[in-house]
Parts: sequence; structure tokens; C-alpha cells
Amino acid sequence: MFEAIAFYLFAALTIGMFTITVMTSQALYALTAMAAGMIFISAFFFILGADFLGAIQIIVYTGAVMALYAFGMMFFDTTRSVIEKRNNPRFVVVLGALAAVLIVLIVLAPIVTTNLNSQHPIDLNVGNTQAIGMVLFTKYLVPFELAAVMLLVAMIAGIVLAGKKMDKSLTLMADEEIALMQASSHDRTEEEGEH
Amino acid sequence: MDMAFIIETIVKIVVILLVFSALAGLGTYFERKVLAFMQRRLGPMHVGPFGLLQVAADGVKLFTKEDIIPQNVVKPIFKIAPVITAATAFMAAAAIPFWPEFSVFGYKVHPIVADVNIGILYVLGVMAIGLYGPLLGGMASANKFSLISAARSAAVFISYEVISGLSLLAPLMMVGSLSLIDINNYQAGGIGNWIVWSQPVAFILFWIAAFAETGRTPFHLIANDHEIIDGFGTEYSGMRWGLFFIGEYANMFFISFVIAIIFLGGFGDGSIAGAFQLLLKVSFFFFFFLWTRAAWPDVRPDQLMWLCWKVLMPLAVVNVVITGLVMMF
Repeated sequence: MFEAIAFYLFAALTIGMFTITVMTSQALYALTAMAAGMIFISAFFFILGADFLGAIQIIVYTGAVMALYAFGMMFFDTTRSVIEKRNNPRFVVVLGALAAVLIVLIVLAPIVTTNLNSQHPIDLNVGNTQAIGMVLFTKYLVPFELAAVMLLVAMIAGIVLAGKKMDKSLTLMADEEIALMQASSHDRTEEEGEH
Repeated sequence: MDMAFIIETIVKIVVILLVFSALAGLGTYFERKVLAFMQRRLGPMHVGPFGLLQVAADGVKLFTKEDIIPQNVVKPIFKIAPVITAATAFMAAAAIPFWPEFSVFGYKVHPIVADVNIGILYVLGVMAIGLYGPLLGGMASANKFSLISAARSAAVFISYEVISGLSLLAPLMMVGSLSLIDINNYQAGGIGNWIVWSQPVAFILFWIAAFAETGRTPFHLIANDHEIIDGFGTEYSGMRWGLFFIGEYANMFFISFVIAIIFLGGFGDGSIAGAFQLLLKVSFFFFFFLWTRAAWPDVRPDQLMWLCWKVLMPLAVVNVVITGLVMMF
């Protein structure tokens, strides 16, 4: 009984939160509702007995949404509503609803008649964390390694893109040095413009 | 689920809530006294013996003060931000074993609300959500100082999560379990078995990250009084402001418990002496938070980032690799 109550409660909460995320025009509401929705999703993992995945869901998505907040802070005045340009709202609603229905059909149509069996059922003798580790490092080793390599590539690219002038610290420089640096970079961009 | 279990859990939750909200209040008294003695002052003296009732006086003041919501703030977010800090601090306590098992009138009591298998992950994850409080409060406040504070809290959060996670990885590899009770039992053999002797680097790194996660003094940038007024708390008044404080102090106590259990043996073999030793260790770590506040200045934001990414993170990674190599061969 508790499981059913918890499931319907968190299902309603999650759907409500993501609805706010999509519908609101206020950046802060959208971000906060999304963070809350992501955390509510972890409840489903806990209900299913996948404690490890639930905790990881919380940890990963709080960090990820936190980065989104940082972007929000940089690009918007988050205390004001964002004025969106809507040329044809009815068109957008119809297309959006159609896309949602189509996705449900595409995912559910092949499996609607079959009886689902889990490929890796929970083994009560092995802990949750160990079970995930075993599946991850045997059956799904290649996707796991691929994801790791991709993240490494992204990290190196990020460092290279952001790493120019990393050896200089604006805080430690005197004001004249900063002015000199700005002047020289200004000259350089002008020269590049002439070429 | 039987009724006794539900009642027991509810009683445990109420006890933890009451004890730690009282301790959070007393924590402010301890902090003022310790700081005062280190600065050759007397601290609170006039309300009650040794100023002990100052806590009650402050409580009455906070509860009865008008709750001001400024005009241009984003109201729902502004109102919920302090609640997030306080609530997540207490939610994190659910997976912490505060005391070894003991029996009352033949009934066995486990002083932990939920003995989940992934205790430490749960505690760290929920504590991490706690940083949404300063972030949302700062962003919703429509105040430039609050916004700077929110930006800093996002930066500190994203950086120091990495340190606390990576530094814990090495001890967890040795224990082979994420449950705080298993970690405690691994060190039950006495002082020689404490993880701090085999993982001194991880201990220091996690301790430093604990200061960043609770926002205490060397990393007190998110509410640095002399640059950005009170940071995220600038626009708050009354009990909403007080909730931020309850959350911060409760977090200090809980992270002290976590450090003591993971690195310093916890409650040992579960005897009464071990239980009191755990309380002593926790008090030491709490005192250390106050001691650093009296002894050290705040670091600059760029020094904070430099320390995190150029010193602590490589150290943590090297520590994990070396631990792995030692365990394999």
C-alpha cells in the first residue's frame, strides 16, 4: 500500500514540476521546478529498490541543474519574466501534443502485448552497488568505456577553449598592467581585422 | 510493515529533530563564547548563568520579528529557500548512525532512522541539495550582493563536490561498502584500525571540503560580511533568516559525525565507552570549525578555485590511483 501511495504521489509531483518547467516564462521558476522534478524522479528508483541509482540520480542532477542556474544567472535577470516571441501559439501546442503522442506510441507499440521480464533481476544475495558494478563492468563494458572517453575528450576540449591566459590572474595584476594588456589585445584584434 | 516499526521510526525522527534543533541553537552560543575567549572578550554574559539563556532570547527575537518579503523578489522561491537549507540538513541525518545499538527494557533500538546500503552517498547527496538554499535565496532576492553570493555558492558547490566525492572514494574502496555502519564496523578493532592512519590524505581533503560544504570560515565567501553584507541573507528577516542558521549549524554537527565515523573509528565496537568517544570526536570537529573561524582569515574566491582545481583535485585523484594500485598488488 505504501508503495502505491508513494508511486502516485511522486508521479503527480514529477509531472507537475516538469509542467511548470515547460509552461512558465520565469527562468527561476523553470530551473527550480526542474531541480525538484529531477529529485522527485529519484523516488521511483528508491521504490524499485535501486538505492544506488536513486542516490546517484540526486547527486548528478543537483550538480547538473546547478550549472544551469549559473547559465541562467549569466544570461537573464532571473527576477523578471522572459518575454517570449510567440507567432502562432496554437500551431506550437498542436505540434507539441502530436510529438508527445507519437513518442508514446513509438516506445509502447512494440511491447504493448508482450509480458515484460527483467534481463538482470535483483539478486538478493548481492548488494545493490555490487550488482550495478558487475553489470557495468561485464555486459556494458564497451559503452561504459566509450562514455568515459567521450567525457575525457569534452574535458580536454573545455580546458583548451577556456584555458587561454590562464597563467595570468587579474586579481594579482596592478591596474596599469591590466590596462596595458587590454590595449595590446585591442591592437591585435584590429590588426586581425585588417588582414 | 508492522506498526511497531512505524512508531519507532517516527519517535526516532522526532528525537533527532528536537535534539539537533536545540543543538543548533546552542551551537551559536558555543560559537560566540569560543570566539570571545579566543579574542579576550567575555561573550554573552547577561541573560541567565554564563549567558546560557541568550539562545532563548535570540529564539524569541527571531520568532517574533516581522517576516518581511521585499517588493521585487520572486516570492515563492524567496520563501522556500531557507526551508530547503534547514530541511535538507535534517533529511541528511536519516542515514547517520548516531550511537551504537542499545536496548531499553529488552527492546533493541538502532539509533539510525534508515539503515540504507548507500548511507554515505545519501548523506552527501542530500547535503549537496542544501546548497540550493543560499543559491535560490540569493537569486530570488533582487539584490546585487545576494546575486554575487548566489554565484559564489554555485561555484563552491560545483568545485568542492568533486573533492568530497573523490577523497571519499579511496576509503570506500578499502571498506568495500557504502553503508556508514559497515564503515564503522571495519574500524571496530580499536585505534590502530582507524582509516585515518591508512588514508591520511583523504582525511585532510575531506575535512577541507567539509568546510566548503558547510560554508565555514576559510571558505565563508557566500556570506562574507565585509564584502557582500550578508550575501544571500541580506533581504531576509526573522525566522526565515533563522532557518538558514539552523541549517548551517545542523550541517556542521552532521558533517562532524560523518568525518568521525568514516575516518576516526566512529563508535568503535559498540560499547558505551565507544559511544561516548564518538561524541567526544564530534565535539572536537565542531570545536575545530569555531577555532578556524577565530584563527584564520577568509580566502579570496580565486584562491578558493585555485586550491580546489590545482591542488586538492589532483591530490585526490593521485590518492585514489595509489590506493587502487596498492589494493591490486
